[in-house]
Amino acid sequence: MSEVLLSHEIPGGAAWSVLVRAGRELRLTALEAGANCSTLLYAAHHPVDRLNVPDTLKAQMSARVHAPMVLMSDRGTALCSVTGSSLDWHDALCGHSCDAQLERLGPSSYHAERNAWRRSARAGLLGELRKHGRGPADLHACVNFFAKVATSGDGTLTFMPGHASAGDWVTLRAEQDVLVVLSTSPHPLDPQWTPPAVLAEVRATAVPGADDPSWTFRDESARALRAAREVLA
Amino acid sequence: MTGTILPVRESELDPATAVLDVTVADGDGHLGVIPAGGSLRIVDLHGNQAVDTLFYDAADVGNRYSAMDTVREQGAAYLTAGSRLLSVNLDVLATITADTCGRHDTLGGACAQESNVVRYGEHTRHQHACRETFLRYGAEVGIGARDLGHNINFFMNVPLTADGGLSFEDGLSGPGKYVEVRAERDLYVLISNCPQLNNPCNGWDPTPVRLLGWWRA
Ligand SMILES: [Zn+2]
Repeated sequence: MSEVLLSHEIPGGAAWSVLVRAGRELRLTALEAGANCSTLLYAAHHPVDRLNVPDTLKAQMSARVHAPMVLMSDRGTALCSVTGSSLDWHDALCGHSCDAQLERLGPSSYHAERNAWRRSARAGLLGELRKHGRGPADLHACVNFFAKVATSGDGTLTFMPGHASAGDWVTLRAEQDVLVVLSTSPHPLDPQWTPPAVLAEVRATAVPGADDPSWTFRDESARALRAAREVLA
Repeated sequence: MTGTILPVRESELDPATAVLDVTVADGDGHLGVIPAGGSLRIVDLHGNQAVDTLFYDAADVGNRYSAMDTVREQGAAYLTAGSRLLSVNLDVLATITADTCGRHDTLGGACAQESNVVRYGEHTRHQHACRETFLRYGAEVGIGARDLGHNINFFMNVPLTADGGLSFEDGLSGPGKYVEVRAERDLYVLISNCPQLNNPCNGWDPTPVRLLGWWRA
């Protein structure tokens, strides 16, 4: 296991952002059961190139995010590859939570609860985005790592509580320099507010070889990875 | 889904009284304004045509249609009669009031030059694509790349499976089938009548659609 370059524990219900250089790996670990990590991805050097969930799913014929899928941008480039995960299902259909959804939990304020004040993923993601000169127009469909929302043939969506256990993990290899913006507020369909913490670690990784699972997964995945190399060229 | 009977709801509105009646050629686009309370019908003239559509609050294009908020809040991946089309602020932008097709996709996104390359290869780089049509027509009112959210694909069939699969299949639509939406506030509607030739979303043969609108002119 290579050296950890950066390690940061994100408390439950908080937001954080990190720039991950091309070739490095971001590992997210659920520190408690029932974690959720709503995650947005942006090409660090392009003002409007960002994760495109519909393109990612349709190009790889999947309604869930799993290893070794490639997370693709609006401009058809790989932002990150999901190089490994202890879970085979991460939700990408349901977006992030909004303030209106927290109202059902009753009032919450900084005054009453100090830092346990409940904030939606949207509030947290926007707060981080603004630090990078980005705003609401840059919000896009996220991946909810550690969450599962089952799909049925008639299109019904069902939130599966407790999908993640303590210690579940996912690793993302940056395929170009990427800005990662994430929120540990609960999944928008989670009826409870018991937000678990998530550990984020950045490590250097080896250059992927010809047998790399993300490169060999599908022709589409390899083409998006090749496009990312053109961005770096 | 084979064998499933899809719910169908017909409209009472009479094409003879429409104030908008335009045909959007295959591969072309349209930007329109629908006043609050107005109804827009999209008619699949020849069947199996994907009509990529975005809605924006005309008073604030930042308050745009959100596919993910729409499917999550209704617990349903497909759109049909009765579906409320929500914005990023969870405002109801429009409601599907009539639908003779039965089911529409909002998870498949729009085709683009770059995503065509990813999906089909470098030879498709310069083929016409929806994202470019959205940008061309959206520019008239200041809708740029940053403002393009994930769209609706009216008449398109993208079945999901219980094990998390997703596929593109031949459309469920047919000649003359239509979908009708009622604007719940003043809206921009941005349409790309999909030019895609590489998958079955247009039945391999893109065709024109007709737009009909009813509102106080
Ligand atoms: Zn298209």
